[in-house]
Amino acid sequence: MTRRRWTAAPSLLLAALTAGCGALPAALDPAGPQAARVAVLWWWFLGVCAVVYLLVVGALAWAAWRGRRRGARRGSPQSAAPPAWADDPPELSADPARERRLALAVAGAAGATVLILIGLLVGSVITGDALAGARPEAELTIHITGRQWWWEVEYPGEMASERVITANEIHLPVGAIVHLEMTSADVIHSFWVPRLHGKIDLVPGRTTHHWLAAERPGVFTGQCAEFCGHQHAHMGLLVVAEPPERFAAWLAAQRRSAAAPDTAAEARGLEVFLDSSCVLCHAIRGTPAGGRTAPDLTHVASRATLAAGTLANTPGHLGGWILDSQGVKPGNRMPPNALSGEELQALLAYLESLR
Amino acid sequence: MNPPERDEPSGRRAREVVRRDEPHRPAAEERRLLAATWGRRPGLWGWLTSTSHQEIGRRYIVTALVFFVLAGIGALLMRLQLARPENGLLGPDLYNQVFTLHGTTMMFLFAVPVMEGFAIYLVPMMLGTRNVAFPRLNAFGYWLYLLAGSFLWGASLLGIAPDAGWFSYVPLAGPEFSPGKRADVWAQLINLTEISALIVAVEVIVTTFKQRAAGMSLDRIPLYVWSVLVMSFMVVFAMPAVMLSGVFLALDRLVATHFFNPFEGGDALLWQHLFWFFGHPEVYIIFVPALGFVSSIVAAFTRRPVFGYPAMVLALVATGFISFGLWVHHMFTTGLPQLGESFFTAASLLIAVPTGVQIFCWIATLATGRPRFGVPLLFVLGFVATFVLGGLTGVMLASVPLDLQVHDTFFVVAHFHYVLIGGAVFPLFGAIYYWFPKAFGRRLSERLGRWQFGLLLVGFNLTFFPMHQLGFDGMPRRVYTYLPGRGWENLNLLATVGAMVIGLSVLLFAANVMRSLRRGEPAGHDPWAADTLEWALPSPPPVYGPLHLPVVVGRNGLWEPGAGTTFVTGLDPHAREVLVTNFLDADPELRETLPGDSPWPLVSAVVVAATFVGAMFTPWAPVIGSVPLFFALLAWAMPEKEEREEAREQERQRQAGAATP
Amino acid sequence: MKAAALLLVLALAACDREERAFRALPPGADASPAQQLSPLVPGPARPDPRVRNPYGANAYGIAEGKRLYVWYNCVGCHAHGGGGMGPPLLDEKWIYGSHPEEIFASIAEGRPNGMPAFGHRVPPDQIWKITAYVQSMSGRVRGDAAPGRADSMHSLKPELLREARPVEGDPGVMPR
Repeated sequence: MTRRRWTAAPSLLLAALTAGCGALPAALDPAGPQAARVAVLWWWFLGVCAVVYLLVVGALAWAAWRGRRRGARRGSPQSAAPPAWADDPPELSADPARERRLALAVAGAAGATVLILIGLLVGSVITGDALAGARPEAELTIHITGRQWWWEVEYPGEMASERVITANEIHLPVGAIVHLEMTSADVIHSFWVPRLHGKIDLVPGRTTHHWLAAERPGVFTGQCAEFCGHQHAHMGLLVVAEPPERFAAWLAAQRRSAAAPDTAAEARGLEVFLDSSCVLCHAIRGTPAGGRTAPDLTHVASRATLAAGTLANTPGHLGGWILDSQGVKPGNRMPPNALSGEELQALLAYLESLR
Repeated sequence: MNPPERDEPSGRRAREVVRRDEPHRPAAEERRLLAATWGRRPGLWGWLTSTSHQEIGRRYIVTALVFFVLAGIGALLMRLQLARPENGLLGPDLYNQVFTLHGTTMMFLFAVPVMEGFAIYLVPMMLGTRNVAFPRLNAFGYWLYLLAGSFLWGASLLGIAPDAGWFSYVPLAGPEFSPGKRADVWAQLINLTEISALIVAVEVIVTTFKQRAAGMSLDRIPLYVWSVLVMSFMVVFAMPAVMLSGVFLALDRLVATHFFNPFEGGDALLWQHLFWFFGHPEVYIIFVPALGFVSSIVAAFTRRPVFGYPAMVLALVATGFISFGLWVHHMFTTGLPQLGESFFTAASLLIAVPTGVQIFCWIATLATGRPRFGVPLLFVLGFVATFVLGGLTGVMLASVPLDLQVHDTFFVVAHFHYVLIGGAVFPLFGAIYYWFPKAFGRRLSERLGRWQFGLLLVGFNLTFFPMHQLGFDGMPRRVYTYLPGRGWENLNLLATVGAMVIGLSVLLFAANVMRSLRRGEPAGHDPWAADTLEWALPSPPPVYGPLHLPVVVGRNGLWEPGAGTTFVTGLDPHAREVLVTNFLDADPELRETLPGDSPWPLVSAVVVAATFVGAMFTPWAPVIGSVPLFFALLAWAMPEKEEREEAREQERQRQAGAATP
Repeated sequence: MKAAALLLVLALAACDREERAFRALPPGADASPAQQLSPLVPGPARPDPRVRNPYGANAYGIAEGKRLYVWYNCVGCHAHGGGGMGPPLLDEKWIYGSHPEEIFASIAEGRPNGMPAFGHRVPPDQIWKITAYVQSMSGRVRGDAAPGRADSMHSLKPELLREARPVEGDPGVMPR
């Protein structure tokens, strides 16, 4: 991989320069080949553009300085003050030789601009092709549906029982090329996990595709990037990249229906769930709850966050969310619930058992 | 001094079209007659009926600056809300309204109209004529703009502020996801302001093509006029796209058409194509006139003509053309085919070339001139330093892979503020410092100006530079808050502090204007000894413009040897006569009498605005509104009483009376 | 002065229509109207006891009602107002009354022959929104607050273009 080392040279230099500012921003700290290619391209662009910027501003400063000197030569040498405007006649008859030199300089600069732009274009197109190159080899397909303001994630299976539906959390095997097939159930959203890849819009009435891979295990945050209404700010998601065997175990666990309640409290919790407004929108496989308009809760306790990446998934947060979700995420679709202390505790016990 | 040989034909033709029998009057008498003919009626009625381009241009500029302040207050509110994570100052509903108002106002009610206002104010003076080609239409355009802006802000105070962004993407702005009338307010505002923009474009194009001073052939048009001419053509081709999409949206919302409903054969992406086909040129519509400001200031402040006039003009025209070929770079993330995307990458990179050429030409001018670092030139230097940075981040955004990462993040917010504030607001402030003495006869304070420039430069970079990094760190645009612990706190706080500094700079500017209006140093007619024709007029200029229409002898206006010695005489001062010249060489062709002041443009504007507002509620509004509009237009077009012969007769009697004793 | 008053009226009307209320009462909280089943009262006549729907003129509330109408599967029986297993909601026949509090009661308490009682599970606030939407289906809300078309297949005019029809046996039709 000598070529890659060569292309990475400027990035190393600049990484060293920016190291003083702390950690690299997410998009420049890639965890997958797609984001890595974009990051390399970025460092090249940054390097070229920085040089161009310094040249232009340098030329400007030089021109100002040079002009100032010319002005000073022409004004009276004793006083620093410039002459009155009326005594500062315009210079119309320029020296033709000098004008020709200037024309050459401007033409040269314009030519250099064109060459630089062609170089950047080539780099950009090559990177674009490389991003597209992963397409045919996808090993895993995941369907993602954007909804106001959460993500429905579906792992299709050959049989209906193998299908997994979850929300706001995508698990991937490390190293596998994953094909994301996306659409929206309402308005346009945009899927973006900066450490893995750029973004792709989820457009109602269309299916869009994204191919990405995670090269190392980790949890990567993502967020909706297209303005989608009140809670655009709180439409996050997590991508969890794990070793293939752990991923397989996770998938197998997700395929199971919800565990039957073990304790009396959990049984009471299920009862509360089925007897309150929860059941109208949420599904828990293995129980009569089958709503599809809100996140599937079959394995809700196995997820790291609540409310699309907004809260850490703790019983306290979950309880607060159930009672007054509008206080956390104003405008979201979940109504408030008036549960007694006993009902809430039981419900929490049950939901926490859904691993 | 005689004009150079090659201008002789123009002079001869000029004598042929004028009245041979026009008596020679002393200058004072001529001034009095012109002032009586071109002046407006006294009082409020005169104010409401005025069709003077100076008056209307000033109103455009002042109104646009008011909207600039309002939208700026919105920006400060947003920055305060984002100063820390999970801040509770603005809830999501209010924040969405505020950011939509900020964007909509800045684009449609500030940036474009302020550039149009300058064009309306300056172009006739620079061309050496007395008014724009269609003065009543011009007044109509301003009233529509004022009504549109008041409508948006009035509706906002009533709680009906649009909340789907200045881009109003469907389906979010469509009937299902934007209940109520908020999105309709946006759509009708767009339709009204675009009519006004189209009117200004027509004024500028026709005035420039047909009313140039005798001898101002195409290759002698000042660079500023070239830039607004290019802007006007862009308006003519770009604005219909957004009006079309605005009408589609209004129809979808009101009468259930399916332009944007994918389940009945419509398409949500159709909106984006239509909107950005307008939206990208829109940026250049704002930026190109600013290039004209820069050229004017650079020439005056380096004491030499801008280097490379043909290259500058060609670059302006090329910018106008290429800007229509890049709209798809706003849509790289929508999953379009890759080949098409590469084409738009190439086009987006290409537009850097003409802009680069202009910057190189200015640098060359600076290097070979004798620059005087007054406040306007400082703003020009600030413009180059900030705009070039914005342009380079624009080059990054043109690359599809990079755009996939930074699209719709704070990186883009940083980019377009560098382009728009750097590229348009810096030159705009420069232009205000430059032309203020012309408009008001007094100079703005240099000392306050330097402070304002410094504060703006520092505040601007404090606000927007950190946003580049926020974008790369995953912070999307248009979020009303963000979660703690993602490392975005400090940079956001820094940006908020910077925004306050910008606010301070604008306050200082307002103080400077207030102070200088009353106590500024008197400017004289030509404080910068500059080249374009408006500087030959007194400051503030009389309502009729030049006493005698000038004959232009060279590209550099007043700097040409022999400038100001040849005039066109013989226009009748008793009527609003202007000289119409031909397109290429500006040879005089005929005298044209412009219509007088009239209340009907205002009445028509009120009717049109009421019709558009009514169209939010009922599809019958256009039908109902067309009836009063018909009568208003009838009255508008009614021929005026011929007062000229009467006035000439009076003058003859007066002269006879003066001669007898 | 008159202009200011007019502006104020406009403002109030607009506020009513454009308000987005997020925090509402949970299910079981008592916001349901005490329904008066007989027009007769002892003593002198009382003013009309009928309750006003808090979302009757609120565009956001009605739009939410339209969404919930689908989410809670009202479509399953009533279709998009044309009726199926359940009675149509577009016409002038109202078996259990066309007034907001009657519609509210039908949803909350259920009705014989198949209409389930949603009151235990759906918060009153949402029932009011659904009620407002049901009113809009037959053109019984302000035209400027009624929903436009949805992004879906269509066979009916959108609610905002529908005209209210007189209700059988009830002269007191709600003004549009």
